[in-house]
Amino acid sequence: MNTKIALLTLNILSALLITAPIKADNFSENDVIRWQNEYMSVVTDGEKLFHGGLKSKNTVSCDQCHPNASNIHPETYPKFQQQLGKVALLGEMINWCIMNPLESEPLALNSKDMVALQSYIHYERRGVPLAPGKH
Amino acid sequence: MKPFNRREFLKRSAVVAAGTLPLSLVEVAFGKNNAQNFTFAYISDSHITHIKGKEFVRNWDRGLMRAVAETNLLDPKPDFVFYGGDIAQLGKPEEIDHGLEILSGLSGKTHYVMGEHDYYNDLGDYWQKQLGADHYSFDHKGVHFIVLNSILTYEKWMYQKWDKGMDRMKQMARLDNPHGQPFMVGDAQRAWLKKDLAKIDKDTPIVVFSHSPLQKIYKGWNFWTEDAEQVQALLQDFNKVSVLYGHVHQIQYNQIGNISFNSAMATAWPWPYPKAYTQVASYMPKLTVEMNRADPFFERDATGWQFINMDTGNADLHYLLPDNANRVVAFDKQAGHPADTQFQDVSKRIPPQSHY
Repeated sequence: MNTKIALLTLNILSALLITAPIKADNFSENDVIRWQNEYMSVVTDGEKLFHGGLKSKNTVSCDQCHPNASNIHPETYPKFQQQLGKVALLGEMINWCIMNPLESEPLALNSKDMVALQSYIHYERRGVPLAPGKH
Repeated sequence: MKPFNRREFLKRSAVVAAGTLPLSLVEVAFGKNNAQNFTFAYISDSHITHIKGKEFVRNWDRGLMRAVAETNLLDPKPDFVFYGGDIAQLGKPEEIDHGLEILSGLSGKTHYVMGEHDYYNDLGDYWQKQLGADHYSFDHKGVHFIVLNSILTYEKWMYQKWDKGMDRMKQMARLDNPHGQPFMVGDAQRAWLKKDLAKIDKDTPIVVFSHSPLQKIYKGWNFWTEDAEQVQALLQDFNKVSVLYGHVHQIQYNQIGNISFNSAMATAWPWPYPKAYTQVASYMPKLTVEMNRADPFFERDATGWQFINMDTGNADLHYLLPDNANRVVAFDKQAGHPADTQFQDVSKRIPPQSHY
């Protein structure tokens, strides 16, 4: 019985392998374009959140202190944040800003909004070499 | 131990009061027998923000309150105070009124400059109703003071059909707006300025107040005035000209011909230097030694206000920076430009002054 199931599974897998058009390590130009577009649409969401879309309780928005997401230095995270007494993630610092200058509720680190904010922040800093821990 | 007499008590109280303040306040060295030996205070960019009802953003309120309280402690007393623009965040009457209520705590005369955040909701109507003209001049102890409204833009854009004035305001309020419009003084004010200057002797020190820099630094954030060169041309014939501006929320200084440029710190929040946005080129004056990078955990960090000593006929700026070493950017006669009295030499600079 078990042997039968195992054989059947093997047959199905072989069939899939033969008919599946994409292999994991073999993607096309179109795939790259599509994936990049997926990323850019999240960047656009992040840009909106960053410019007032977060609906912060006191109306303050990220861009007021960080035009074009500058002075965030995403390339330096994780880094020792003296005021937190530990090595912190960029997401933790974003939440610090949301809780303090924006006087609002923090986001879950894997929430859609947090991913979008970081996508925008990294995009505006593209091309800058990684410098983890830098002050 | 000898008991305190009253005179000694007052003397010690003054020392204590001065001790809580940056000491440079009481160290202004006035020139002897100089008609121009006076100071004035300069507060800017408070961005008072209305939330709802009687609620305003606490952080920005605190910045302005602190500047007002400290200004009142200046000794010697300033002859007057200049407010450099952007009392409000979105030009709402509630914001202008709340800001003026805090500013009413200042002792002495206050002059006001129009900022774009005061203007674009109703094209300056409420501001002008409360504060009067947006451009004017006056003379004080031998110095000719000029106030310009430098945050105008193309009329076609200003007067296009907007559903609400607030839509126009929000376009202008976003510093990094890719569809932003450049600031300008405009033809009418430049004609007025030419006429105003025609009657002034070339040796009279001139101090010009504008909200935007009357020089071109970075257009993307409107650290820029579109007709800057044309305004500069009207001022170049005078021997001592100082342009003082707000808007940039950071220390900047420059010298173009006979014109010295100095910026004001904001009482609300600091801005990055344009070079921190690595996707574009900016043209920060090489002279400028940058302010310390901001510590976000201390909400007044990299904010402040300044007083100006006119002893030499040039504007020497004393920056009052909460929990930071104060800075003095004074006109260096030998070099012929403004210079930081402590950090101008590259070897004297400190790590927080490096921005990236």
